Amino acid sequence: MTTSFPRRFTARTQAALAVERLAAEASRRLGRGSGEMIGGKLALRVSPGALAEVGSHRRTACVSGTNGKTTTTRLLARALGTLGPVKSNSGGANMAPGVLAALSRPPFDAAAALEVDEIWLPKVAREILPRVVLLLNISRDQLDRSNETRRIASMWRELGAELPDATVVANVDDPLVAWAAAGWRRQVWVSAGQNWTADAMVCPQCARLLHRNEAGWWSECGLARPEPIVAVTGPRELLWYGRTISAHLDLPGRVNLGNAAMAAAAARELGVEVEAALAAMAGLGDVQGRYQEVALGEQGRRGRLLLAKNPAGWVEMMELLADAPPRPVVIDFNSQTADGRDPSWIWDVPFERLAGRQVLVTGGRKEDMSVRLAYAEVPHSVHANAEDAALAANEKVVDVVANYTAFRDLLVRSSR
Amino acid sequence: MRRSSATRIALIYPELLGTYGDGGNAIVLEQRLRWRGLPVEVVSVPAGSPVPESCDIYLLGGGEDAPQVLAADGIRQNRAIVRAVGSGAAVLAVCAGYQVIGATFPSGGEIHEGLNLVDIETRRSFAPPETPPPGRAVGDIVVEPDPRLGLPTLYGYENHAGRTRRLPGAGGFPLGVVRRGIGDGDGGTESGGGAGGSGGGGTDGIVDGRVIGTYLHGPVLAQNPALADLLLTWIHGELPPLDAPREAQVLREARRRALATP
Ligand SMILES: [Zn+2]
Repeated sequence: MTTSFPRRFTARTQAALAVERLAAEASRRLGRGSGEMIGGKLALRVSPGALAEVGSHRRTACVSGTNGKTTTTRLLARALGTLGPVKSNSGGANMAPGVLAALSRPPFDAAAALEVDEIWLPKVAREILPRVVLLLNISRDQLDRSNETRRIASMWRELGAELPDATVVANVDDPLVAWAAAGWRRQVWVSAGQNWTADAMVCPQCARLLHRNEAGWWSECGLARPEPIVAVTGPRELLWYGRTISAHLDLPGRVNLGNAAMAAAAARELGVEVEAALAAMAGLGDVQGRYQEVALGEQGRRGRLLLAKNPAGWVEMMELLADAPPRPVVIDFNSQTADGRDPSWIWDVPFERLAGRQVLVTGGRKEDMSVRLAYAEVPHSVHANAEDAALAANEKVVDVVANYTAFRDLLVRSSR
Repeated sequence: MRRSSATRIALIYPELLGTYGDGGNAIVLEQRLRWRGLPVEVVSVPAGSPVPESCDIYLLGGGEDAPQVLAADGIRQNRAIVRAVGSGAAVLAVCAGYQVIGATFPSGGEIHEGLNLVDIETRRSFAPPETPPPGRAVGDIVVEPDPRLGLPTLYGYENHAGRTRRLPGAGGFPLGVVRRGIGDGDGGTESGGGAGGSGGGGTDGIVDGRVIGTYLHGPVLAQNPALADLLLTWIHGELPPLDAPREAQVLREARRRALATP
């Protein structure tokens, strides 16, 4: 196993990358996930500067936000792929070790589309100095981690001062994002939409209440929605630098068109024409199993997998469900550590909108979901697992809305 | 019986004090009246508008630092809640809302004035200055309510940095004794400060007249329907019987099993 590393890499980093490869391969052989985490962790221990060394000399973009970063990263990777090889942490490992793992194989001058956790973004971006940073949105996620939305926005705003050569592609419809991005040297403002406003009622700059109307939002301190140069203007239509263009995606829903608009704007900064970018994105049909139809059990039942891990995500899924024929809906709801231990947020979701559908509930916190639905007056049944629920459904194909660990487990079970 | 017209439930500043699904408490109260055939109206009071004095039950939820201060300023200015309580209204204040109805609460390194509706004060820590402040209290919480309330065990989730204590000569009494979790953090033997702490025999919350404050945040009434009915009884007197949704009993049984101390 020989890899020739670029001469600019220090001996320490070359050793770190060799360790990464060994650990990742061993982990994969043992069947312990994709090996990105463990390999990257060990490599960073061997060479703390490795990320900076492998991250430079590339066209790199970092994607961060509470919702949509995996999908947007995947869309961006497709667009950048029109120019040549692309590295991406497509397994979803989005902290420093995962990013390092994505960048640790040749070619070391390949472009990179990197998903980065909101809290980790400053740490990672300071090392790899991305040319473009995409800021999607900030909403509450994992209530038990007490992550205050304004604190994340503030970290992002300060990061701008440390990346004078970077361009920020930012969603103007999220006041926290717009405020964070306003502190950067150069912005590309995109209207990607925001259908969850409960976390952005207070001005991040002056702490007064924000004003809103159809045209946007503003605060008495002068902070206001910037005028976007790119915007989602219809179900298949974008405003793009002064002209209207059509955009067709295989991914469903307006939210994904917003993700595509963000990705296309970032790709433009890295040299990809919008037509080429959108054409490359069009064929993406599922992202790590999301929107994919899988077998549920062995009796011919199938389910389209939808991920909703917080109220904002659920509202997106409700819109998506409303677009499609009203299939039975299986809700698979957990509250493990990776989901957030606190299930309170389900009371923020307008489950009343599911009335009229057959609803089937399962998961580690199925009882909490059942009470929520009872108070929403949505008749439902409760089942031991998603496969049992699908079997009890009135139709052969169901929609399954799951949160993080429930989704992950379903994907593993269905691919066995 | 306080009134024969619709019971009015005020949801105070849901954009500021609604971080933990706290709007769920309004849904629970509303449905438990509707299911009994009693007229009910939920009055959502958006931040920035005056709090009406004419409601029967006032709900205050949890919030992040800046919104909490903004909310406290708003409700202190018109004092409608204080006057309403004076004429028989009930209050359920949760988490940040619980801190706000007391004398003082901490936020952003400063001490802010609360509504002074109940005799409690909240600090980041009551330990001597040289001791590091306790960790954030995050996790499942189980409270054995004061016997005077006639309520079964309370199950919930807490997530707060502040610690709360009763002022000398305070009116009312603690909501209950903490069996699991932290609560007010006044037990003295707080172990570790995280989820699953022993509780150390401390208490949670306050009951003073028709005002209830607690750290059991979010939709505490969803897991504890008897607490919801207690609030409703204070307004209505005796309530018509209700076939409570079976789901709530199943949930309480699931929580009891999940949180049983080994
Ligand atoms: Zn402002």
